[in-house]
Amino acid sequence: MTKLPTWADVVLVPLISLLLAALVSALVLLAIGQSPVEALSVMVKGAIMSPYGWGYTLYYATSFIFTGLSVTVAYHAGLFNIGSEGQAQLGGLGVALCCLFLPWPHWSLALLGAMAAAALFGAAWAAVPAYLQARRGSHIVITTIMFNYIAAALMIYLLVDFLRPQGSMDPASARFPAVVSLPKFHELPLIGDFFLRYTPDGQVRLNPQGLPMYQKVPANISFFLAILACIGTWILLWHTRLGYMIRAFGKSEKAARYAGISAVKITMITMLISGALAGMMAINNVMGQAERLLQNSAEGAGFIGIAVALMGRNHPIGVFLAAILFGFLYQGGAALGLETTIPIELRIVVQGLVILFTGALDQMVRMMLGVFFRPRQA
Amino acid sequence: MAGANETGRQASAAPFAIELKGISKAFGPVQANKDISIQVAKGSIHGIIGENGAGKSTLMSILYGFYKADSGEILINGRVTPIPDSQSAIRAGIGMVFQHFKLVQNFSVLENIILGAEDGAMLAPSLSKARKVLDDLSREYELDVDPDALIEDLSVGHQQRVEILKALYRQAEILILDEPTGVLTPAEADHLFRILRGLKDQGKTIILITHKLREIMEITDTVSVMRRGQMTATVKTAETSPEQLAELMVGRKVLLQVEKAPAQPGRTILEVENLRVKDDQGVERLKGISLTIRAGEILGIAGVAGNGQSELLEVLGGIARATGSVRMNGQPLDLTGRHSDGQSRRADGIAHVPEDRQVLGLIMDFTAWENVAFGYHHAPEFQKNALIMDNAAIRADCEAKMATFDVRPPIPTLAAKNFSGGNQQKIVVAREIERNPDLLLVGQPTRGVDIGAIEFIHKQIVALRDAGKAVLLVSVELDEIMSLSDRIAVMFDGRIMGERDPETTNERELGLLMAGITGGDAA
Repeated sequence: MTKLPTWADVVLVPLISLLLAALVSALVLLAIGQSPVEALSVMVKGAIMSPYGWGYTLYYATSFIFTGLSVTVAYHAGLFNIGSEGQAQLGGLGVALCCLFLPWPHWSLALLGAMAAAALFGAAWAAVPAYLQARRGSHIVITTIMFNYIAAALMIYLLVDFLRPQGSMDPASARFPAVVSLPKFHELPLIGDFFLRYTPDGQVRLNPQGLPMYQKVPANISFFLAILACIGTWILLWHTRLGYMIRAFGKSEKAARYAGISAVKITMITMLISGALAGMMAINNVMGQAERLLQNSAEGAGFIGIAVALMGRNHPIGVFLAAILFGFLYQGGAALGLETTIPIELRIVVQGLVILFTGALDQMVRMMLGVFFRPRQA
Repeated sequence: MAGANETGRQASAAPFAIELKGISKAFGPVQANKDISIQVAKGSIHGIIGENGAGKSTLMSILYGFYKADSGEILINGRVTPIPDSQSAIRAGIGMVFQHFKLVQNFSVLENIILGAEDGAMLAPSLSKARKVLDDLSREYELDVDPDALIEDLSVGHQQRVEILKALYRQAEILILDEPTGVLTPAEADHLFRILRGLKDQGKTIILITHKLREIMEITDTVSVMRRGQMTATVKTAETSPEQLAELMVGRKVLLQVEKAPAQPGRTILEVENLRVKDDQGVERLKGISLTIRAGEILGIAGVAGNGQSELLEVLGGIARATGSVRMNGQPLDLTGRHSDGQSRRADGIAHVPEDRQVLGLIMDFTAWENVAFGYHHAPEFQKNALIMDNAAIRADCEAKMATFDVRPPIPTLAAKNFSGGNQQKIVVAREIERNPDLLLVGQPTRGVDIGAIEFIHKQIVALRDAGKAVLLVSVELDEIMSLSDRIAVMFDGRIMGERDPETTNERELGLLMAGITGGDAA
């Protein structure tokens, strides 16, 4: 197979894969008697044509960035962490405990504490599979999947038996105190103005107290944490000694041994970092949006993270872009459900196709493109 | 015009067993074979020699139908014969013995021989027919192999004979052998050559691909030299010399003999006592090795591959664990605990050029500069601060090493896998030698490395010795051991069979030790 130039591999292959996914999605829509053009326009309008749409798209993307980075870090050590989902749920537990039971004077301090708690709980949940892999050779794919189920069961148990406020029928924790509420996009300076509500004649809509009214969106400052996490992951992997050892170990375990890189140590540390990143996702969805701990709080974002990492070529920049794409699919899919008669399940079909084409069939695209990049015969 | 020539030749002289005319083959931008023409007379042994990557294997793969040539034609016995696949090659009477045998390990010799050449659905008739043919062949040539033995129980030399028998059973008239002696002891190689001479006397044509000049001189009638995809010369072996062939291969004059002053051994650097290693199956691989190496000397370990040399290097390099005692500069080394890893060994002044650079010595997907820090990623000069590595410093270091060691192309950002074998090895050797270790472990320093680079690497090893460092050299190339070592220890079956002085010993004596036969009386 012809080797593609880097730019084609990084830009062209994902774009064409996406196009193919869109094409097949269009065929599916046609098959159920819907208009693909209308569907696409509703998705685009609902997800990215307004600040409000972006407020949701970026909220989803924030979660996917964290889980995508979690999968990416593990991937570079040759470990396939399928457990980001469970680690994110445990991260949520850490955030909830931290927010509910500690007296925070200000959200910023609470944020620092919650970050630490989320990372700690996520890492702890990754630690057991990591140990079993490093010391006992139990395959990390199997154990992390198991730990997803254990996490789900554990959360139900804790929510129902301990965290549920008395009298509540809902398997969810109490609402966090208002002081730990993270600023949303519409509450932030500068950005907030994009979310002002207007009256039909173009005036800023005011509430009874005479203050301007905003469109409420779930995207919050943890989006910026996600960007920092991307930068941090990039520095970790390509500019620190630890990252060097992680990548060397991931490329060749035998050679790593020759170089005196400890397999046990690298497996443990990498999985702890991976788990911590997955856990940090809870800052976005639990602390930033729900403001209480719900059952199944991660809502599959851990699994989307695998697709995001695959599509993003396990590079933080790629993960960032892929996460925004999946954010678009989530929000656009929701708009579909609201504004058309297209069943909401179709969003899952589209996501599945995107994962299929960008993650699993990209080699096919590469082969097809190879024809155009074959060096001319002398 | 070409057609007229052909008919003319067919009518007059006896046709050549194989004639290649203008064979060219390109892989992308790489021209692996460029307009190659050779003629191999029937009943002769024809050598093809060239550096790695010169295009020998490509040419033979074209002849055996693995690749299709971009242009040119193949004539077998004077007739144009297209060879689109290996079945056609077999039908044309071509047999191939690969460097890495293609035998089913848990099949018997007979079963392997009929594999793919069965006469029908039932095996019994084929097997009994093969047994008879095999019997005749064994008697005719010196190809005695027990037909009912399992391949996994046979020595490498016997396995090779099975490969030859396989080809002969398929009525091969032309036998191609790719680097056949790489895995053999000298005695086995001698035996192989006797077999080949016998085949030649029976009128078979043999093509021998090798990079060993000595073998070419010993056994071939004619020899073709390849360089960079082209056939640079075809000469009668009797009319050439190793020096001339080496020059033709490399394109410049090459020093075949290592020049070195007598060793001046100083204090003891390494003392190994009763070293024992068990593998994962519990089989003892090292059975009580004891040796010492002093400053300023090269101890060569000779032996057929798989007799414990790898394990010895791995234990000393901190890759494998062992029992026994090892003292480095008088200090005992940790052989089982926390300090039995590669980092501790490096801290103790041991550098290691591993036997398999592609599996151990390099991360093939890493760039050259990343590989220059490999194993030394904790070195203070490669750190910007406690957290961040100084990538620029590593890159600069890589550039400097590439210049001193003449690594080509000198591009630090190129991935290791994109360098040729010789240049990969230079990267590893540069990395390890420039650390100025007290003890250098070197495994197969020139395996898969071309002659020009071999000369350079040998010089570097000798220079390190002359700087008063100790060197432990493991090689299956007896020539290399003989010319580099100040003392030679021979390993067989996890033991050291004896030590010899390279000045007074000879290949025959070492060969017997390598085969496990002790006592000079046999020599």
